[in-house]
Amino acid sequence: MDIHVIAPLASPAERAAVDALLGPPSSGWAGGSRDSANDGHVARGGHAARAERDLLLPALHAVQDRIGWISQPALAYICRRLTVPPAEAYGVATFYGLLATRERAPIVAHVCDDIACRLVGAEEVCSDLARTHGPAGQPSADGQTTWLRSPCLGLCERAPAALFTVAGDAPEQIGEAPIDAVGVIARLASAAAGRPIAIDGASLSAEERLADARISVPQAGDDGLQLLARVGRVDPGSLEAYRSAGGYAALNRAIELGPEAVIAEVTASKLLGRGGAAFPTGRKWAGVRAAQGSPKYVVCNADESEPGTFKDRALLEHDPFVLIEAMTIEAFATGASRGFLYLRGEYPLAASRLRNAIALASAAGLLGSDILGSGFAFEIELRIGAGAYICGEETALFNSIEGKRGEPRNKPPFPVEVGLFGKPTAVNNVETLANVPLILREGGAAFATIGTEGSAGPKLFCVSGHVRRPGIYEVPFGTTLRALLELAGGVPAPIGVTADDTIRTILLGGAAGVFVGPEVLDTPLTFEATRAIGATLGSGVVMVFDRTADLVGTLRRIAAFFRDESCGQCVPCRVGTVRQEELLARLAADRPHGSRADELRLLGQIGQAMRDASICGLGQTASSAIESAVRAGIVPA
Amino acid sequence: MSSVPPIQFYPPARSSQPPMPPEAARVVQVELTIDGRTVSVPAGSTILDACRAEGVDTPTLCYLENLTPINACRVCVVEVAGSRVLAPACSRKVEPGMAVQTDTERVRLSRKVVLELLGSSVDLSTAPQAPAYFARYGADPERFGAAAQPAAANERDGLEAGHHHAADGQPSAATVGQPVKIDNELYVRDYSKCILCYKCVEACGVDAQNTFAIAVAGRGFDARISTEWNVGLPDSACVYCGNCIGVCPTGALMFRSEYEMREAGTWDEAAQTSTDTICPYCGVGCTLSLLVQDNEIVKVTSPLDSSVTEGHLCVKGRFGFSFVQQREPGAAPTT
Ligand SMILES: Cc1cc2nc3c(=O)[nH]c(=O)nc-3n(C[C@H](O)[C@H](O)[C@H](O)COP(=O)(O)O)c2cc1C
Ligand code: SF4
Ligand code: SF4
Ligand code: SF4
Ligand code: FES
Ligand code: FES
Repeated sequence: MDIHVIAPLASPAERAAVDALLGPPSSGWAGGSRDSANDGHVARGGHAARAERDLLLPALHAVQDRIGWISQPALAYICRRLTVPPAEAYGVATFYGLLATRERAPIVAHVCDDIACRLVGAEEVCSDLARTHGPAGQPSADGQTTWLRSPCLGLCERAPAALFTVAGDAPEQIGEAPIDAVGVIARLASAAAGRPIAIDGASLSAEERLADARISVPQAGDDGLQLLARVGRVDPGSLEAYRSAGGYAALNRAIELGPEAVIAEVTASKLLGRGGAAFPTGRKWAGVRAAQGSPKYVVCNADESEPGTFKDRALLEHDPFVLIEAMTIEAFATGASRGFLYLRGEYPLAASRLRNAIALASAAGLLGSDILGSGFAFEIELRIGAGAYICGEETALFNSIEGKRGEPRNKPPFPVEVGLFGKPTAVNNVETLANVPLILREGGAAFATIGTEGSAGPKLFCVSGHVRRPGIYEVPFGTTLRALLELAGGVPAPIGVTADDTIRTILLGGAAGVFVGPEVLDTPLTFEATRAIGATLGSGVVMVFDRTADLVGTLRRIAAFFRDESCGQCVPCRVGTVRQEELLARLAADRPHGSRADELRLLGQIGQAMRDASICGLGQTASSAIESAVRAGIVPA
Repeated sequence: MSSVPPIQFYPPARSSQPPMPPEAARVVQVELTIDGRTVSVPAGSTILDACRAEGVDTPTLCYLENLTPINACRVCVVEVAGSRVLAPACSRKVEPGMAVQTDTERVRLSRKVVLELLGSSVDLSTAPQAPAYFARYGADPERFGAAAQPAAANERDGLEAGHHHAADGQPSAATVGQPVKIDNELYVRDYSKCILCYKCVEACGVDAQNTFAIAVAGRGFDARISTEWNVGLPDSACVYCGNCIGVCPTGALMFRSEYEMREAGTWDEAAQTSTDTICPYCGVGCTLSLLVQDNEIVKVTSPLDSSVTEGHLCVKGRFGFSFVQQREPGAAPTT
């Protein structure tokens, strides 16, 4: 292909940002200064040049983080460095919410207005900001700061939340919650004055507050926890601490057992994927091991962006080594030599801890060419998303890593056969992987006895909304919804009023989940029991809405979420999510097209077409929560 | 002195048989049922191939024989027994024993709603297949309300991924409406007619042209076909091969000549004839189909089934026809 570049030259800062990632350009063809002696009759191109396409998203991040937005010349420079057609690179850059292709102030507050945050006043935060700072997206008078609305930031347990991004030579990113408009403005001002974003709170700095495991994980430090055993107890920055707490015993055991036996243990454990689809992990690994094609890859899906979901974040921030170990075991079992950990862009603390963990593990020979002296070679690369829920869908995630638009692929073929870079790939959720060392330590059969017949093991739930102690809770599968809510301190209610009377509805499984009523409080939380009541565990979201909650507003926010996050590839989802949102807005404004019954019938038909005819799970579940709310009578008929 | 025998070369004996083509790989047939009837098609066929072999008419919009199936429009969906969701006929490969239903309630509903979603958001007035599809499925795009106001020029091209302005409860339906992009002499781009079938992107990319002048930009409903940074075609990498026009199913991409005649009300399909000829420019010898109205060439295409072009041309064959019409005064044919 011809790289046709028309723009003026990238600024020195833009070039420096890209060169810091890719190294200096090798020739005039690649955007360097032209040297006729070297470049004159040398063709550069072909497969080798194009094989760097997967560095496109990291390069876009590099410019975004340094400059605050990606200009046309900066993109053109990236295109020449990586041999990517500019039209395609523009298509990629405009796909992601965290990348700006128009000039944007370098200091940005991304203020969450999603379902959990709006229960505790996110809309007020936004309207206060609109009044005091200006409309969303408008830069401040000095051009330094701005604010934007954001979908769920995965900090729902301390809603309302905001993510601050400061572009510059030393880019800074930090999530802050709970926060109000005054707090947002103070932090923007602090950053604009060149001070850290994290201004001191009453007693703890924001960084420390965030790092305090007990806020996100109220059980932290309790005995008897399995998945959360190290959270808040073991220093997440120290490999030594992880090893003395029993870490890497599982990898040793795996190497002793050999790949086939590891897969047999995982199969015997009856572990089902925790990313939403509940696929048997052992079967997936065996499939990848048996698949033709090399190299093989393992991918850890840490894109956690389902509104209301924050369980993976706790593991990533407070127990990063467990993922490194589990991915290594997975690679050993499946025969993969390279791993990617794809982390959503809104988790800066997790990113820095994972980077540290990968570096320490590599230095200690726990990653690299000869792991634990076994001859087994494996490397992990951390890749950071850029604000796209759809990139959590496994095939969209592959495309995102490959430097393409994060559009899901049609299945079949499945990733087990044709995955990342077209090769057999085992992709697993963070929580799924966190179970693996446990299985190897206790044995698959013992693990299978935890929980129920159809749902084995411990499970993390993200409890948020109207409960006293929102947070991540670990319970064995089969614990009832009521018991889980009690663990979370119960639902605040006037004296003498029971939870059943206070709760209007509970959202199970996130925006792609199902609203249920208090009558199902005694349902055991398992895949099979929730399926039996027409619900889903999804990503483990349990969001409680009391009788004061604005449910119609919540439904409209869910509809808006799917409209914003649809990749746009297929018609049912691309247009159906728009029509669904318009329809709910008409109902809320009491301006139905025809009768309300006509509108609800139309809503059902849009939902059915999205469910039946969409390419991927996003479109297939985009109407799930809304239709369940209609069934539960939350939308007045 | 012994004489050295002369070295002689003999041609190999002639075969008594004329040369034969290599033996074709044996095609494995796959048996499946379509609407209850047993069908046998070669392995590797799609459900659509099987439907066509069986005479089952299946609507398609984003499918074209000469492009990789992108299966994005979803108007071809069918029910496959055992599958949770419907499957796109145009790309799903047949499997032995597959039981396909093409006309169930579920299939009809999805096809109808997909057509309505398209019809309510896109101008399908120049999409040739649309009226028949709409009639067949009883699709009524008006169900979502009247079309909202079109966007200003380049407004949609500036939309960033993420937050949009929430719907305001007005009874109108958002569309992709916008002014036509006219920035060169050869063809126009009317993206208010674009169903985002990706065909032009595929034709401009690896499926034919390998120029990569256009791609999909933005996300969700704001996704659109765009050059880099929405620059005009003359500033883009476009080489005006026109292969994108050739594959566009809705008339969003149109010869400037056709566009201007349509605007002037002189485009008259009944008065047009199509004549196949060979392109005079180079030795490749592409087949051209010249569409002629009132003795003027108004559009040039190439047959999809041409073994030389597979429907694709270059700028010369596609647009270099005006010399034919540069007649010397007085030299015009008299009969
Ligand atoms: C729209 C969409 C978003 C998804 N997001 C995530 C995610 O953020 N994290 C995740 O682990 N799985 C997500 N999934 C599920 C993945 O596609 C995949 O099933 C999962 O990563 C497999 O891992 P598991 O078998 O360990 O669950 C998502 C699926 C869809 C359709
Ligand atoms: S269902 Fe939605 S998100 Fe999934 S491929 Fe289709 S448009 Fe994209
Ligand atoms: S005319 Fe050819 S080069 Fe130009 S956009 Fe269309 S397919 Fe691409
Ligand atoms: S311009 Fe035409 S070919 Fe291109 S995506 Fe739109 S409808 Fe399809
Ligand atoms: S952080 Fe705001 S809804 Fe999750
Ligand atoms: S024709 Fe099959 S999805 Fe478009």
